[in-house]
Amino acid sequence: MALSGVEIFKMLPKTNCKKCGHPTCLAFAMKLAQRQATLDSCPDVSEEAKKVLGEASAPPVRPITFGAGDLAVKMGEETVLFRHDKKFVNPCAIAVEIKDTFSEAEATKIIEQVLASEIDRVGQKLRVDAIALTNASGDAGKFEALAKIVAAKASVVPTIICTENPQAAEAAAKLFADKRAIIYGANASNAEAMANIAKTNKMTLGVHANGLEELSALTEKIKALGVEDMVIDSGARKAKDIIEHNTLIRRAAVKKNFKPLGYPVINFMQRDDSLVEALLAAVGIAKYSSIIVVNSVEKWKNLALFTMRQNIYTDPQVPMQVEQKIYNIGEPKPESPLMITTNFSLTYFIVSGEIENSKVASRLAVMDSEGLSVLTAWAAGKFTASKIAQFITESGIEKEMSHKELIIPGYVAILSGSIEDKLPGWKITVGPREANALPAFLKTRAA
Amino acid sequence: MAFTPTKETYSGKVYPVTIGTGDKAVTFGGENVLPFNSFEGAAPNAPVIAYEIQDVPPTDWPENVQKPFAAVSDDPVKWAKYCQDELKAKAIALRLVGTHPDRENRTPEEASKTVKDVLAAINIPLIILGSNHAEKDSQVLIAVAEAAKDKNCIIGKAQEANYKTIAAAAMANNHKLIAMSELDINLSKQLNILITQMGFEKERLITDPMCSALGYGLEYTYSVMERIRLAALTQNDMTMQPPMLGDVGMYVWKIKETQAPESDLPHWGPAEERGIAWEAVTATALLIAGAELLIMRHPKAVEAVEKTIEELI
Ligand code: B12
Ligand code: SF4
Repeated sequence: MALSGVEIFKMLPKTNCKKCGHPTCLAFAMKLAQRQATLDSCPDVSEEAKKVLGEASAPPVRPITFGAGDLAVKMGEETVLFRHDKKFVNPCAIAVEIKDTFSEAEATKIIEQVLASEIDRVGQKLRVDAIALTNASGDAGKFEALAKIVAAKASVVPTIICTENPQAAEAAAKLFADKRAIIYGANASNAEAMANIAKTNKMTLGVHANGLEELSALTEKIKALGVEDMVIDSGARKAKDIIEHNTLIRRAAVKKNFKPLGYPVINFMQRDDSLVEALLAAVGIAKYSSIIVVNSVEKWKNLALFTMRQNIYTDPQVPMQVEQKIYNIGEPKPESPLMITTNFSLTYFIVSGEIENSKVASRLAVMDSEGLSVLTAWAAGKFTASKIAQFITESGIEKEMSHKELIIPGYVAILSGSIEDKLPGWKITVGPREANALPAFLKTRAA
Repeated sequence: MAFTPTKETYSGKVYPVTIGTGDKAVTFGGENVLPFNSFEGAAPNAPVIAYEIQDVPPTDWPENVQKPFAAVSDDPVKWAKYCQDELKAKAIALRLVGTHPDRENRTPEEASKTVKDVLAAINIPLIILGSNHAEKDSQVLIAVAEAAKDKNCIIGKAQEANYKTIAAAAMANNHKLIAMSELDINLSKQLNILITQMGFEKERLITDPMCSALGYGLEYTYSVMERIRLAALTQNDMTMQPPMLGDVGMYVWKIKETQAPESDLPHWGPAEERGIAWEAVTATALLIAGAELLIMRHPKAVEAVEKTIEELI
């Protein structure tokens, strides 16, 4: 159960000593209840209170790091059911399955796809996050052989070792020592053995059950065996059941602080039809999956799923934005054109991308408009003639240029006269409306 | 600690809306739970996908989505019949873009004739959309609403600037009405109130909170829809209870990701699959957010979304 501020207050020292940085113990208790502070800020809290409060103040979905190094993925830490309430925290990882029944060539092909999957979108580097090795053959030897291939060729990629056979799991786990892999496949009948392997190898344990009741009992049992980091699978495979279970898991964690289900969720979404698989993955991204396992990772599918994930996981209060400054595209010379736009990430990346396509070295002045697009910022009074004039003047860019011409977005053509009034000596040119017309526009001007 | 599921019971419900006539009529909406949460309430009707067609050939559509209709899209009647008979469409959305003053500038009379011809050729429900030119739409939609009298169509879109005439026309001719506002829950609520204050029954409305494509503002549409649905269910807010429309195809098939050739962007993969996936993922996201009616273009995207809906209900 989540505790209220007052309930937490009752367990604090009540000395108001301020060592936690808050004026009173009550103020600190309120922050704890809102998860805006952590208990370790109070040096004087009793051991008993620590135990009770520690449990209650931990994030409702346990934070877990999956993988090691630059490509490690953070999971869990979610606090809400709806993204408009508060930013969803750790984007769902996409994992592709490699079966131990595949030939080495087939396995290698998928590994190469994963390694080459990184795409830059709106300033973020996105990629297929993980590989899930599955023991489809049921044979421990085959599984180890596959694990060796993956460990050799994709050692940097976070790995999920999927098998219900403890011997097979153990052999594979050794190949991923210190890689914080996930060993998936603990169930009611092998829990002890699997828990031991996870503990010895300091890995996260993937727990599989039939339904939420069995799952809750199983995670409690495994926790009692000393494993803290788990990812959970209720057994749901059909989209309808996945939504139901994922929703009930997130509600139990967030609304009731129900610890046995307070772990990141792994969903197996493999389908023969790659497009349908993509759509189910989209359902998982929206509805609380922390790891989605798919059959295939074609480029078109990755781009769509990465974008979906980026959309769902952006901060609903603060649009993605880039820094206000004058960006050089190519190597601009004094006579190169100067353009202006707003600092909404999407706007910036679309416009700078098209300027790059034009191959005309340019300057792009990106003005802080609180992350709003050109028209939205204009309608909200954040992309006005006086603000633009002030920005251009204060930037001092004039000194680096041999001309005084500023190109503005076509959608705000209406601003051109008033900018000219406020920037004496400057010529304002109205550019095209859509950025995709920029290459032609810039090339004709340069010619 | 034993697990007890936290089930929600909501005080409100989405209105069910039926369109079309006879045994091909379809109903969407009607649920008293969040999308696909039938484990805790009733969701009697599956979402419906309508195929988008136009009164003029789709020369403004990217090639990859023109192709599936190449043999039929020179004529809206053939196009509609193809969607109904070959693609097993459950509904058709006829967009009268040819009436736009910057396009063919077709007259309301011409538009009415197209509507009558299409209606005569199909027996599935028809959604009739203007060209999104506020002034012209009020003339065109009045005429076509009358031409389609008593066929129980959906007329749209009524916006703040022109809702009076369009709502009156839909009312007089027994149609349903799409009310569209721009990505703002309060604007959407206000427009629904204005329209119902004219005497238009709230049970005949469909809300369009404005679509946006994956990667191009989808998160805004997604959250506005989610908030509208929550207001309908948890606050029993009647002005938020009409089913919602996602006008997906037109927003998706204008962005770069659905058009740029693979030769320009090798890391994006083949353009055709990419475009189809873009439309289908956008549609799926909106279904999860609460859309009950979708307007889409590519047959493969529609097929995949319908399969997904089957798995979700
Ligand atoms: C998403 C959205 C929002 C989001 C904000 C998203 C954001 N971060 O900006 C939200 C919901 C918050 C919002 C709010 C509002 N919005 Co708004 N919004 C939109 C929407 C749907 C998409 C905007 C978008 O992201 N476009 C994509 C970006 C990339 O476009 P862009 O920045 O314009 O860049 C393009 C071009 O301008 C050009 N370009 C850009 N820079 C440059 C530079 C040069 C040199 C050149 C040549 C070209 C160029 O290239 C880009 C790609 O082609 C549009 C409608 C639409 N479909 O366009 C309305 C829209 C922009 N909003 C509008 C309005 C009125 C508002 C509000 C004032 C009213 C309201 N609804 O409450 C508020 C104001 C916000 C505030 N804080 O007060 C109006 C503006 C009308 C007008 N002409 O003035 C629009 C057009 C909707 C409409 N038809 O009424 N909005
Ligand atoms: S440090 Fe502890 S005892 Fe001191 S004010 Fe903060 S909560 Fe109270």
